[in-house]
Amino acid sequence: MKLLQEQTQKLKIGESLIIQTASRLLIPFIQLFGLYVIVHGHYSPGGGFQGGVILGASFVLLALAFDQKFSMQYMSEKTSGLLANTGALIFVGTGTLCAIFGGLFLHYSALDVLIPLGPIEWRSFGIFIVEVGVGLAVMSNMAILFWVLGSNGEMDEGL
Amino acid sequence: MKALALFTTLVTGAVLLYGTMDFPAFGDPQSPASTHISAYFIEEAVHETHVPNLVTAVLGDYRGYDTMFETVVIYCAGLAVISVLRRKKSDKEDSRS
Amino acid sequence: MIWILDLLILSLLVICAIAAINIKDLLSATIIFGVYSFLMCLLWAEMGAVDVAFTEATVGAGISTVLFIAAILHTSRRSKD
Repeated sequence: MKLLQEQTQKLKIGESLIIQTASRLLIPFIQLFGLYVIVHGHYSPGGGFQGGVILGASFVLLALAFDQKFSMQYMSEKTSGLLANTGALIFVGTGTLCAIFGGLFLHYSALDVLIPLGPIEWRSFGIFIVEVGVGLAVMSNMAILFWVLGSNGEMDEGL
Repeated sequence: MKALALFTTLVTGAVLLYGTMDFPAFGDPQSPASTHISAYFIEEAVHETHVPNLVTAVLGDYRGYDTMFETVVIYCAGLAVISVLRRKKSDKEDSRS
Repeated sequence: MIWILDLLILSLLVICAIAAINIKDLLSATIIFGVYSFLMCLLWAEMGAVDVAFTEATVGAGISTVLFIAAILHTSRRSKD
């Protein structure tokens, strides 16, 4: 506790100690819940989009409670742009791979040629790959949207 | 002018409420939406994809093309915001890490 | 569909919608819009569409409220009319 207080006083950022401590305690659980929502989308409500939004909201909370620069230490602008591209590429690339290996576009059973899991299991696994791609793209896009809108396009100060 | 706007809103609302009178009842199994293809999804989706959550099965597999362009829309939103609003500081050094 | 719960949620929705367009302070209007989103989420969950309710709770009440606040703090806080 003493360490956290000294750290925030040294950094001279953010509003109050209560909000910062609460966010610090909450953010790991928010991110864990976001990952759970993405991975467990096959069995419970949720999926890539919702989980990605929750993961992006954790970075937004970090930027609101501390500072925008502080949140950009954990995911820089370059990284988030890269992750957005990767997410979209995973989705489109999976579809294109299916088309290349002798199926229709986004017909996951065709990927059975690559790794023999069985066509039905591949349909389940293909949905999982696609959800991870959606989650990555949505997470970084939500963070980028808030960073650019909140800092008036300069990516330094924040709200 | 405000009275005219209120009148327009009320008339539109009344027409929309009149339109809902032709809707099938909530959860009606004989309605056109539940007789055409959703019966096939409910019966076959778990066998065909091994995904117990039907919504994920339909979104990710049967209507995957739709979900792909949903992702592309989000991606384009981020791209548009960056290309319109992002600006570099000219006096200081580059703020990107 | 429990009709008492339905009636309660729908009347609160109408109240929130009218309050959100009538209020002068745009920050308060944004918060009321978040309340509207959560009520809509309750309505979806009560109708059995849990996935839509989840999306509404995360996107409508979580991200869009924050983006509205970020946009309002860079413009003016009072609405003109």
